[in-house]
Amino acid sequence: MQTQFDTTMRSRPRYGVLEPRPGLAHLIVADGEGGEAVLALFAQAPELLETARVIYMPGANGTDMTAELEAVKPAQFSRVPSYAAGRQRIVKVLGDAHMGLQVYVTGTEGLMGQVQRDAMEAGLPHDAVQTEHRGSLVRRVQCVHCKGITEHVRTDPFQCGHCGLNLFVRDHYSRRLAAFQGVCVDAEDPGEVPPAVERFK
Amino acid sequence: MSVGATKIPVVVTEVVEVNSLIKRFRFVREDGGEMPGFSGGAHTVVEMDDGGTRRLNAYSLMSDPAERSGYEISVRRDDTGRGGSLFMHRHVKPGMRMLISPPVNLFGLDLRAKKHLLIAGGIGITPFIAQMAQLNALGARFELHYAARDRELGAYMTELSARYGDRVHRYYDVEGQAIDLPALLRGQPLGTHLYVCGPKGMIAWVLGTAGGMGWPKGALHSEEFLAPPVGQPFTAELAVSGITISVGAAQSLLEAIEAAGVEAPYLCRGGACGQCETRVLAAEGELLHHDHWLTDEQKAACGHIMPCVSRFKGARLVIER
Ligand code: FES
Repeated sequence: MQTQFDTTMRSRPRYGVLEPRPGLAHLIVADGEGGEAVLALFAQAPELLETARVIYMPGANGTDMTAELEAVKPAQFSRVPSYAAGRQRIVKVLGDAHMGLQVYVTGTEGLMGQVQRDAMEAGLPHDAVQTEHRGSLVRRVQCVHCKGITEHVRTDPFQCGHCGLNLFVRDHYSRRLAAFQGVCVDAEDPGEVPPAVERFK
Repeated sequence: MSVGATKIPVVVTEVVEVNSLIKRFRFVREDGGEMPGFSGGAHTVVEMDDGGTRRLNAYSLMSDPAERSGYEISVRRDDTGRGGSLFMHRHVKPGMRMLISPPVNLFGLDLRAKKHLLIAGGIGITPFIAQMAQLNALGARFELHYAARDRELGAYMTELSARYGDRVHRYYDVEGQAIDLPALLRGQPLGTHLYVCGPKGMIAWVLGTAGGMGWPKGALHSEEFLAPPVGQPFTAELAVSGITISVGAAQSLLEAIEAAGVEAPYLCRGGACGQCETRVLAAEGELLHHDHWLTDEQKAACGHIMPCVSRFKGARLVIER
């Protein structure tokens, strides 16, 4: 299933459905349930398998489709524990690539944002990266106070993983950081923190 | 220029015969001041008074964008065209005063690119001459592939090779040389942007080949100025102005609107920019669309016309102008 979004937030990027495009090589990056979208892409265009390089990381919730993905035998498959761990490899693939490379990313928003950012840094125009949202809506949030980024945020407010402030998650997404913005909730009355609600599942 | 923009009064200071078909013109401001700044790929619209007929033709600026003392353009003579290029070739002499528009760029470089791949056909070289000067000054990576019919018509090839060395690749049709496009495109590093300017067929070939090899649209740039075609005379009713005008065989609808004293917007005058798009309120007959702005569906729907290049054949045409 593709994820359903509420459509009220304007800075949230729009995601599509991965579709096979002609290309000399195909870089496919996915996390968690994004594995399903990768399988759907290969089912539609098995010829992509011959030149596909898949980089996969299990989801924050434990979803791990490594076995299913390996079973369809893409030309190259690597499993990395997290984007941070796989980033160097992805940046290297982009740096060595030629025009005609197709880039597909699917899974959580945090992953898609980071791959898009790295692809743009490698010089690809924004329209060159295809995205499809799958799985969890957990957010990647940057604390505006200490600038630390907390991954997989589920609740609002939440506690910054770096400075420990109680942060309210704003519906403001930065493409450059590939993160939402978190702002202190109890700056005026320290300790007055509303109960955390699970907003991002 | 679009409505209201001020023209620049200039003096022609140089006319150089580059080869049997191409002449180069240099303009400086009448008041001796600096020209407005521009970026590589920009064009200017030159106003001509051709025996009472006012002609406005767009030409790419080919001088170095860093050089503000004057502008240079090159004009290829088209013996079968409507006369703009013939006027430039026959009547424009050093010392003559003319009006030109401030520069407009519809073919700018994307400076986020890691590399710029420039592909030129014939007189399509001119915007690239300014772009290469700009890229060279920026220390940006670029490569030019320039095809011409033969050595004589390959304007500026020798100078460009002397200036940019092996970044310039030359091809002569008569010597059986052609760009090996698939091989060229396959070898480009990620982050390359492609720019093509030349005849229609060449542009279609380059964009089609790149698209088929998976190049994203955002990395592809092209420019083709269409000359307004000669056609049958027709009349048009301008609904807003409340007048009826006649459009001569060698006149465009836009020129006829202007000749009637009605201001109409434009930028490229070549069917590319979309600026002159006008609603068609009634058309008993056939709209002859020549632009590459409207989509095929829009053209078929007959609701809009691009007066800079498109014409009409039939009993009655009413447009919202
Ligand atoms: S003026 Fe540019 S399309 Fe007509």
